[in-house]
Amino acid sequence: MTTTHVPEIALVGCPNAGKTALFNALTGSRQKVANYAGVTVERKEGAFVTPGGKSVKVLDLPGTYSLRGRSPDEIVTRDVVLGLQKGEAIPDAVVCVADATNLRLVLRLVIELMSVGRPMVLALNMMDQVEKQGGRIDAARLSAELGIPVVPIVAIRKGGITELLEAIDRMPLEAADPRPHGWREPNAEEIRATHATATRILKDCAFHPGDEKLTRRLDAVLLHPVWGVLVLLAVLFLMFQAVFTWAAPAMDAIEAMINGLGRMVGEVLPDGMLRSLIVDGVIAGVGAVLVFLPQIVILFFFIILLEDFGYMARAAFLMDRLMAGTGLHGRAFIPLLSSFACAIPGIMAARVIENRRDRIATIMVAPLMTCSARLPVYTLIIAAFIPEEARVFGFGLQGLTMFALFATGIVSALLVAFVMKKLIWKEEPEPFIMELPDYKWPVPRNVAIGLWIRAGAFLRRAGTIILAIMILIWFLSSFPAPPDGATGPAIDWSWAGRLGHFLEPLFAPIGFNWQIVLALIPGMAAREVAVGVLGTVYALSATGDEVGEALKPILTAQWPLSTALSFLVWYVFAPQCASTLAVVRRETNSWIWPAVQFAYMGTLAYAASFATYHLVEALTR
Amino acid sequence: MIPTIEPATLDSSVEVHRLGRRPKGWSGWVSGLAPSGDHSIAWSELERRLLEMGIVEGARVELMHEGPIGRDPIAVRVDDTTVALRRRDADVILVTAAE
Repeated sequence: MTTTHVPEIALVGCPNAGKTALFNALTGSRQKVANYAGVTVERKEGAFVTPGGKSVKVLDLPGTYSLRGRSPDEIVTRDVVLGLQKGEAIPDAVVCVADATNLRLVLRLVIELMSVGRPMVLALNMMDQVEKQGGRIDAARLSAELGIPVVPIVAIRKGGITELLEAIDRMPLEAADPRPHGWREPNAEEIRATHATATRILKDCAFHPGDEKLTRRLDAVLLHPVWGVLVLLAVLFLMFQAVFTWAAPAMDAIEAMINGLGRMVGEVLPDGMLRSLIVDGVIAGVGAVLVFLPQIVILFFFIILLEDFGYMARAAFLMDRLMAGTGLHGRAFIPLLSSFACAIPGIMAARVIENRRDRIATIMVAPLMTCSARLPVYTLIIAAFIPEEARVFGFGLQGLTMFALFATGIVSALLVAFVMKKLIWKEEPEPFIMELPDYKWPVPRNVAIGLWIRAGAFLRRAGTIILAIMILIWFLSSFPAPPDGATGPAIDWSWAGRLGHFLEPLFAPIGFNWQIVLALIPGMAAREVAVGVLGTVYALSATGDEVGEALKPILTAQWPLSTALSFLVWYVFAPQCASTLAVVRRETNSWIWPAVQFAYMGTLAYAASFATYHLVEALTR
Repeated sequence: MIPTIEPATLDSSVEVHRLGRRPKGWSGWVSGLAPSGDHSIAWSELERRLLEMGIVEGARVELMHEGPIGRDPIAVRVDDTTVALRRRDADVILVTAAE
C-alpha cells in the first residue's frame, strides 16, 4: 500500500461543552466552513500535525446529547460517526469533548458512543473550573472504568492539548476499520440503564461540590420576568444601534474607496465596453458585496460574544412564549431584529438557530423586515405624496405612513411564519427543551477566529454568486448601447429597457408605468438603486442625494396617488434584492428556498399592490 | 390516544405532582415520567429526550425561573444541569416534594 491515508478524527460532545474552543485550539484559523452535501448543516473541518508527526484531519460535529439523531444537525453527527454520511469517510477515531463541571449527561453519551466500536478519547474540558469550584475528578480511575483514554484539558488556554495529541498519537489510526458499527437506537429503558451506569461511575470518580454561584446570581437578574426582559431589550437595542449606525462610517468608507477605485480605473481605461464592465459591473458589483461587511462583522461580534457568554439560551428562554405562537424559535429574535438593518447579516445570523426547520422558517421571513435599503425609496415617495402638514390624531401623517410600512412588514413576517408552520412542515415541531449553560467569559481568541471564519465565508461564497448576478444586471442594463444620435436615457435602449416595456402590461394592473418597471430591474442589485434609475429615466442631470430632491416634484406631477402607494406597498413585500436571494441560496444550500422566497414574496407584493392601487383609485375617483 | 395515568393513583402514601404545575421555587425529586395527553411530540420521543437531558427517576429538581409571559417556559435545575422547557411538556414529569 503506497497511498497515504490521512487519518480523520471527529469531535463529538454535548452542546456548550467547548467543542469549538478545542477545535480552535487544535487547528487555529486553518478551518474550512461549508455545508454537508445536500443538507443545511454547517460542516467545519480543520487539520493539525501531532507531536509524532502524523497529519490529522479533524471534523467539528454538531453538538448532541445522544446518537439518536433528533434533528437534521444531530443526524449528521450520528451518520458521520457511524460512517453513513454521504461524501464523508468514516472517522478513524472519535474525540468526545465533555464539560467536566457537568459530566453526568456526557458520560451517558460516552457509553452510547462506545457501542459504536470506534477508537475513542474522552477530553475533559474546563478542568480549571472544576478545581475552582472545589471539585475533583479522578481521570485515571474514569479511564479504567470506561476503558478509554481520558485527558483533562482547558481548551480556552490550550491546556492539556499536548497530552491529548499524544493520546491521539497512540491510537491505531492507520488502518481503516472494516467492522460494522455496533450501535442501534436505544429505547427508554436502555437510556435509563446507561444513565444508571453513568451515575455509578460518576459517584466513584468525581466529586462535585454544587452549583456555580455566579450563574445562580446572574440568572436571578437575567431571567427575572421584569429585569430580565429589560436587560434583553437593552441588549437588543444596543445590537440594533451598532448594526444600524456604528457600521455606517465603515460602510461609507468602503463605498468611497470603491467609488474612488472606479474613478481611477475609469480614467486609465479607454471609454468603451471593457471600462463599463470593469467599473460599473465588476468594481460596483464587488463594492455592493463589500459594503455589507461592517454590518456582518459587528453583528457577529455581538452574536459570538452572547453565544460564548451563555446569554443566547437565556434570550431564547425569555422570548420563547412570544415567538412560539407564530411557529418561530425563541432564537429567531436576533436574526429578525438584525434584518431591520439588512436582511443579509440577518439571514446569516439565523445560524444561531440549531434546528434546520426553525432556521429555514426564520430565513424565509427575514427579508420582510424593513431593511435600511428600503428607506431611500420610502422617504422619496412619502415626501412626494404625503403632505407634510397632514395630521391624524396629532401625529404627522408622514411619520405614520413610515410606521405603517414597518408594521406591515413585521406583521406579515409573523403571519407568513404561522402559515408556513401550518402548511409546509410535515415534520413534527421541535419541542423547546434546552440546556441553560453556566455563564463563561468569552475568550478573545475564539471570538476573533469566529469572526474571521464568518467574514471569510461571506466574502468568498456569497461574493461569487452576488458578483455574477451583479454582472448579469449590468449586462442587461447596458446592452445593446443606444444608436448614435439617439435621444432619451441609454437604459431605455438596453435589454433592461426592453424588458421594462415588455413587462409593463403585467404591472399595469397594479398601477406601475414603464418607468417604474424599468427601475425595478436594476433595483434588483440593491433596492435603493431604483431611486437613481428613476432619476435617469426621467432624464435628470442631478446625481447622488440630489436625485431624490429633484425627482420629488416630477413624481408628484406625473404619478397618481394610487400608483405611488402601490409602489410603496410593492417595496414592503417584493423580493427586490438579488444579494438576499444569493445569501439564502448559500445558507440553505439549495435553490429551492430562494425560489420559494421569490415566489411567495412576489405573489404577496403583487396582490397587496393590486389591492392598494384599486382601493385608492376607488376612493380618489 | 395515549392513556393518561393520573399521578395520584401511582402511590397513595406520597403526594405525586406534575412538574409543569409547580410554582417557582418548588423543589423535589423525579418519581417517574408519564404521558399527559397534551405534549408537543410523540410520547416515546419526548420520554427519551427528557431522559437524555438527565430527567430520570431519582433526579433532584428545583423550579428556578419562569418565563415572563404566562409563567412559561420554566427553567429547572436537574442535579447539575439547568434545563428550560415548556410547562405542557414538563407536565409529563412526575415529582414528589422534598421533605
